Amino acid sequence: MRHTFVALVEDKPGVLNRVVSVFRRRTFNIESLAVGQTNQPGISRITIVVDSDKTEVNRIIPYMYKLINVIQVEDITYKPRVTRDLVMVKVNTTSENRSEIMKLADVFRAHIVDVANNSLIIEITGDEEKVNSFVDVLRPYGIIEMVRTGIVAMERGAETIFNNYFESQGFQMPVEFKFAS
Amino acid sequence: MKYSGAQILWECLEREGVEVVFGYPGGATLPIYDALDSSTIHHVLVRHEQGAVHMADGYARASGRIGVALATSGPGATNLITGIVTAFMDSSPVVCITGQVASPLIGYDAFQETDVTGITLPITKHNYLITDVHEIPSVVHEAFYIAGSGRPGPVLIDITKDAQQEIIEWEYEEMTVHLPGYRPDLSPSSNDLAYAVQMIHAAKQPVILVGQGVLNSGAMAEVFEFATQTQSPVASTLLGLGSFPADHPLYLGMMGMHGEAWVNQTIQNSDLLLAFGMRFSDRVTGKISTFAPKAKKIHIDIDPSEINKNVTVDLGLVGDLKEILGRLLPQIEPAEHPEWLSQIGSWKQDAAVRDIKNMQDNGHLHAAHVIHDIWRCTNGEALVVSDVGQNQMWTAQYYRHNQPYTAITSGGLGTMGFGLPAAIGAKFARPEKEVWIIAGDGGFQMTQSELSTIVQEGIKINIAIINNGYLGMVRQWQEFFYENRYTSTPIISPDFAKIAEAHGLTGIRVTKREEVEAAVRKAQSLPETVIIDFRVEKEDCVYPMVPSNAAIDTMIRRPVSQADLK
Repeated sequence: MRHTFVALVEDKPGVLNRVVSVFRRRTFNIESLAVGQTNQPGISRITIVVDSDKTEVNRIIPYMYKLINVIQVEDITYKPRVTRDLVMVKVNTTSENRSEIMKLADVFRAHIVDVANNSLIIEITGDEEKVNSFVDVLRPYGIIEMVRTGIVAMERGAETIFNNYFESQGFQMPVEFKFAS
Repeated sequence: MKYSGAQILWECLEREGVEVVFGYPGGATLPIYDALDSSTIHHVLVRHEQGAVHMADGYARASGRIGVALATSGPGATNLITGIVTAFMDSSPVVCITGQVASPLIGYDAFQETDVTGITLPITKHNYLITDVHEIPSVVHEAFYIAGSGRPGPVLIDITKDAQQEIIEWEYEEMTVHLPGYRPDLSPSSNDLAYAVQMIHAAKQPVILVGQGVLNSGAMAEVFEFATQTQSPVASTLLGLGSFPADHPLYLGMMGMHGEAWVNQTIQNSDLLLAFGMRFSDRVTGKISTFAPKAKKIHIDIDPSEINKNVTVDLGLVGDLKEILGRLLPQIEPAEHPEWLSQIGSWKQDAAVRDIKNMQDNGHLHAAHVIHDIWRCTNGEALVVSDVGQNQMWTAQYYRHNQPYTAITSGGLGTMGFGLPAAIGAKFARPEKEVWIIAGDGGFQMTQSELSTIVQEGIKINIAIINNGYLGMVRQWQEFFYENRYTSTPIISPDFAKIAEAHGLTGIRVTKREEVEAAVRKAQSLPETVIIDFRVEKEDCVYPMVPSNAAIDTMIRRPVSQADLK
């Protein structure tokens, strides 16, 4: 089963390596990974999708919290959410089928972002299902090249997905930071 | 004032309270060593960088302070690896500092360049690469804070040579740590504590499992009060030894693979496990699905990722053990469990006759005799560092610790060669303490070169080598599970007494049981380090033993004759 993890991390060199290592050590294959800035300076957001039936997938979150630079993590697999994937497809065209392909793109609300004599680059954004069916439709024309950003996800509604993990686990957060003696 | 990066580093280490650093110089740490002269910190020159981390580790475990190891780039840094993992597995606060080639050379395969932060990423609590001199003060402060807080662990700082050399205008300022994602300060809710109290009051057959977390938290007094107030027996993990006094009637002994049979029976039959600062390692639980099947389980640990990791528990309380027990104790009603305790007493009955030290003298010298005599001659008050293997298990069984922070060994990683360097570090932490090393002939040879460090530093340690001519623990497994095929386990050793003499130290060889006490007393009386080469029974085994992945009450016991049992 596919799990979608979302993490807020400090924007520092090597942090992505640390996060990915949590999955690597336990031999999870990462299906998609997207990293980018957030509205908070110095904080990046990572979306990771893994497909695994191992029960250990449920322990990824506490393991991630062991990393000093990880601020929040959540498995949003079971939450109502919006997910988006951006794809660019370079497809073969001829003078005969070009307008047909452009009409198809229109149906899927995809955009033509580059036109050449015998090829087009089409950009489409959407949930995976929509993107996949568009790619399937293009396949018979001959896809030369394709790139996907990987899934990004956000919880629906006014709730942010980053409810405090520790509070949700019933741990109390002390107000003052305690320093080691 | 003008300071070089190297001078800033030493100043910052002094500000963190560092008194001693264990290290080995090299090309990429030359500026650091050049600036050492003006520092108050004592540097111990090791013979191999692995020894430096083990010493820092032993120093930390004996004192609760943070140990510091220093190595150069490339091979110096890679030699640290085994020691870093040892500290990581056993939650020991160590800060490792490594030199790195100058920042313009990074990534060009420069001489002695290694991606040290990359290599140590999965084996440190955190690590840093400093390329800018201005980062040194805040990184050092952060590193010490991370190493010592929460669940302690090793932190590595890699500093480029140009950052060490650059001179800047600088003055030390107090710093605050800003780590938004680091939560070493969690504590459980009152609701969870109330649930714990309810479970504790309902228990008829409770048992407390103490681990190293008791020592790391300094919660010995609270655990003692808890045990006596609830009349709960106490079993210890290997690393928890000394956190509860061994001569107390409620103390059972070590649990797990080589734990006493009655301890494991107690766990298997209890109705409430109180796990205090331990992590249910596979050496403790045996086959998980058969572990303590009747017991409710309360697990107190500072690391949230330990809760429900190896054993699924009924209640996990995350936080500092001392603080949590401090909150629990006023809510706990005193209790008595006479039937439970007498039941445990009955399980102990035949164990004493199966104990080799109580058996008739057959003229053979057994490790148990040696360690029992060392325990007797030191009144159980020595700081004992064991190596790894049979010697380690026999030490855990026969040296009964009443004081905390006096039993040091590599538990999680099981690093052979840990004993000698760790004992050197421990001696620096507690110079007033009588320090004993108990090592096997195999493990001792792995880091034997640190004997020269002992001589150079002029320190006094007593070294007991349990010499059976085998890599004994592996041989034992070959005997039990590989039909006595002793492949590559017989080991030739040098004459350890002569090794001692070659270092200008004293060496003694003991082959008979009646010579043990005199040799131990002689070692105690001499001012210099003494090696005693105990030539023990060659094919003795550690009993009892739980076979790998079996239930912990299915133990292999020491074979006894019918005469012995009567």
